[in-house]
Amino acid sequence: MAVLKKSTYMNSNTLDLYKIYKSFGNVKALKNVSMNTKSGQINCILGDNGAGKSTLVNIISGVFRQDEGDYKINDEIVSFSSPMEAMNAGISTVYQNLAIIPIMNIYRNFFLGQEPTKKGFFKTFDKEFATQTTIEELEKFDIKIENPKRAAGTLSGGERQILAIARALYFGAKILILDEPTSALGVKESNKVVDQIISLKDQNINVILISHNIEQAFMLSDKFFIIKNGDMIEQFEKNQTSVNGLRKILEK
Amino acid sequence: MKSYLQVSSEIGILAVGVALLMIAGEFDLSIGSLIGFSSMSITLLTIEANMPMPLASILTLVMTIFIGYCNGLTVVKSGLPSFIITLGSLFIIRGLTIAITKLITGRTQISGIDESSGYDFMHSIFSSNIKIADVDFPISIFWWLLFVFLGYFVLNQTQTGNWVFATGASKESSKLMGIPIRKIKVSLFMLTAFCAWFIAVIQVTTFNGADVLRGEQKEFISIIAAVIGGTLLTGGYGSIIGVMIGALIFGIVKQGIIFAGVDADWFQVFMGVMLVSAVLVNGRFKKKYIHEF
Repeated sequence: MAVLKKSTYMNSNTLDLYKIYKSFGNVKALKNVSMNTKSGQINCILGDNGAGKSTLVNIISGVFRQDEGDYKINDEIVSFSSPMEAMNAGISTVYQNLAIIPIMNIYRNFFLGQEPTKKGFFKTFDKEFATQTTIEELEKFDIKIENPKRAAGTLSGGERQILAIARALYFGAKILILDEPTSALGVKESNKVVDQIISLKDQNINVILISHNIEQAFMLSDKFFIIKNGDMIEQFEKNQTSVNGLRKILEK
Repeated sequence: MKSYLQVSSEIGILAVGVALLMIAGEFDLSIGSLIGFSSMSITLLTIEANMPMPLASILTLVMTIFIGYCNGLTVVKSGLPSFIITLGSLFIIRGLTIAITKLITGRTQISGIDESSGYDFMHSIFSSNIKIADVDFPISIFWWLLFVFLGYFVLNQTQTGNWVFATGASKESSKLMGIPIRKIKVSLFMLTAFCAWFIAVIQVTTFNGADVLRGEQKEFISIIAAVIGGTLLTGGYGSIIGVMIGALIFGIVKQGIIFAGVDADWFQVFMGVMLVSAVLVNGRFKKKYIHEF
């Protein structure tokens, strides 16, 4: 299978699924799921718990492979054997609980797994660069950190999500999957995150948002994919539907 | 002064390996019995099989690290708590050491290794004294400082160190970020085995032979030193400099109690109290001071 390089990315990037099937034993988690997404917009996958959202995310992010169907990026068929491979291909996932490690400090979290090293024989961890970069990258997302040596657990919930998003973008994510980014947050924190998610559109990122908060999802997103019992039952552009319209379909 | 430094240095060397493993979220209870195994294996190969002592030591090192590798592999493959797996290996290794030694020699203590070839060389590296300003310091102190320096360097200044922290702090998050947590854990089990071998060589050259019971309780004492030094029992945080201080406190109290004329039984009480207080304090200050470096 073709392994996608970041350099194959263009300014505009599409992620398409075509007739995806996935079963676990006798359980059919996904049946005939197709979707088309493009960059510069927020693509929202809506569905109840157990509808198959997680399975879909896991396929996109490289945790599992689909049993049948095609997974394409920029019209090229891809297949990933690990989340790392997907990440190297520019597809990053921010999970709601696993985004950061609370007892490690902020800059160690930011560079986790991809630590910058100094030149020289010992290749030591370049902490100055890490510290400085962390401050700069978070500033782009309106988070001012005076001391990146603080434990990441001392950040607010919203700041943690934004840290994970900033990290993904810094390491070259072009397609960003956000798994329930605000579900554990209060209103104020939630709004902070929402503002930053909207700003991703200006950077021409292809955002795939997983949510079950209909109001928020409607406000944020440009395109909606509704999944029920493993089936992609409806797709809408924003102008084709309304909050009530979405709710009716979901609660049917 | 040097007597407590000698006691501290042996615990300190072990505790560097033990602390790194604890930071990665695992325990190794087998190191005490590995000291017994290593020292007996070196002695038997030298005296009974007539090998030069350096060769016997290297062969033993290979075996010991292989046991560490097996410990690590069993832990990561089974997913069971390392506490239980290495408790098992503690008994297996100690039992085998006693049984095989008795089978070959009929005894449990063997001495007289100082007449073997290569002993003087090994003694000078591992158990000689270094004179500074007319005071003889055991060389083990300098080995200890080297272990501390290397441990500190790897943990705090390298990518591998960051991965050790992450592995212990959150297995799931680390996996998602592509950190090879299995490799890290298995390597650290091999490191604790290496530390046990190192102490075994020091003991063989200090006591001119081996006893099947060498290293008893060292697994617990080195964990205590690590915890007193601030290492979290849950993994994810610890400081090698702190662990050095933990080992130092251990040595000072152990020798101090003897010099003060207090019954040595009180030492155990003190260690127990220190351990529990350290765990309580570590938990309390965990959030506040963690990773301020």
